[in-house]
Amino acid sequence: MKCTRCGGVAVIQMRQHRLQLCEQDFIEWFTAMTRRTVDEFRMFTVTDPVLVAVSGGKDSLGLWDVLLRLGYEAEGVYIHLGIDEGLAYSDRSLEMCRAFVAQHQPQARLHVVDLGQQYGQTIPQLARTKTRGRGKACALCGLVKRHIMNRVARERGVAAIATGHNLDDEVAVLMQNTLHWQTGYLARQAPVLEEQDGLARKVKPLVRFYERETAAYTLIRGIDYIYDECPFARGSTTNRYKEVLNELERHSPGTKQQFYLQFLRARESGRIAFGEAERVRLQPCRRCGQPTTAGDLCAFCRLWE
Amino acid sequence: MVKVIYRDRQWTVKPGSTVRHIIEAAGLNPESVLAVRDGKLINDATVTRDGDTIKLVAVVSGGV
Ligand code: SF4
Ligand SMILES: [Zn+2]
Ligand SMILES: [Zn+2]
Repeated sequence: MKCTRCGGVAVIQMRQHRLQLCEQDFIEWFTAMTRRTVDEFRMFTVTDPVLVAVSGGKDSLGLWDVLLRLGYEAEGVYIHLGIDEGLAYSDRSLEMCRAFVAQHQPQARLHVVDLGQQYGQTIPQLARTKTRGRGKACALCGLVKRHIMNRVARERGVAAIATGHNLDDEVAVLMQNTLHWQTGYLARQAPVLEEQDGLARKVKPLVRFYERETAAYTLIRGIDYIYDECPFARGSTTNRYKEVLNELERHSPGTKQQFYLQFLRARESGRIAFGEAERVRLQPCRRCGQPTTAGDLCAFCRLWE
Repeated sequence: MVKVIYRDRQWTVKPGSTVRHIIEAAGLNPESVLAVRDGKLINDATVTRDGDTIKLVAVVSGGV
């Protein structure tokens, strides 16, 4: 199989793009496409500082790497959630982030927030004491990560928080929201979430890539990442949707891309519209100052009551 | 023979088939794995040779 661009040996075929590329041309394509996505959705400019939420996984480390290679001012932040479960999951993930900096981007700045040390309880501990049970670790974890990311973003004065969500992540959520006709979520799901009442702006520069491509990028760049899933992610609904979508993709290449990008276009052009749910007014939390609908204390601060 | 590695599984197949064939024969979806030989990414149409070790890498990410 030959590279579409140079005729060398192709290492990856992307049927949805009718493209097969060699290592070098793939890296160039991936880098240019990232740049195009950042520009097209007006995510940030080269002079805007951005905060990359890194997890030690392929998407976030790949994102950080490609942004730095493009010359963006990207700082990383890792939240140590204290997930061990006999696998030292959080410790190993942090190690991956540190090794990435040391080996690939020694100038890059990594901020580490340790939940257990700085707030007194880890995610597994919180999940137990808050009696939400093991199954709800992710809901809790999402809340904690959002809060801390937002706090760090405000402290650092960045233009946006960038996350490593790829097209597979987004299309799985889209399918889930569509099957449940979650119109409120469908109205909001986007590559850019604008700042609102003190909630930092959020951007997803990898939304045009299939998960397979972000994995290929980190592999070719020689970036080591944490390969195992978080022990709490097992059997997650998102992964089930991803499987179904990949099954469709296998038989009709481009399905995932079409579903997601056409959704964005149709909404943008007004061909589909969701009645925006009445916008809730957010108030600053009495303790931390972050916006909340709850009044008085936000959900994060209530965790530590 | 060709050695195939996927997560904590290992098996062997006869040389001469394509990577895509090996992936499908293992009941995996070619959309959700990448194949690596000698540390290098290889495309699905690559024909395996005797003595190859092919590592299949699942691409679905875990939690954040
Ligand atoms: S899988 Fe759940 S618990 Fe694990 S990092 Fe993701 S959200 Fe947190
Ligand atoms: Zn090429
Ligand atoms: Zn608060």
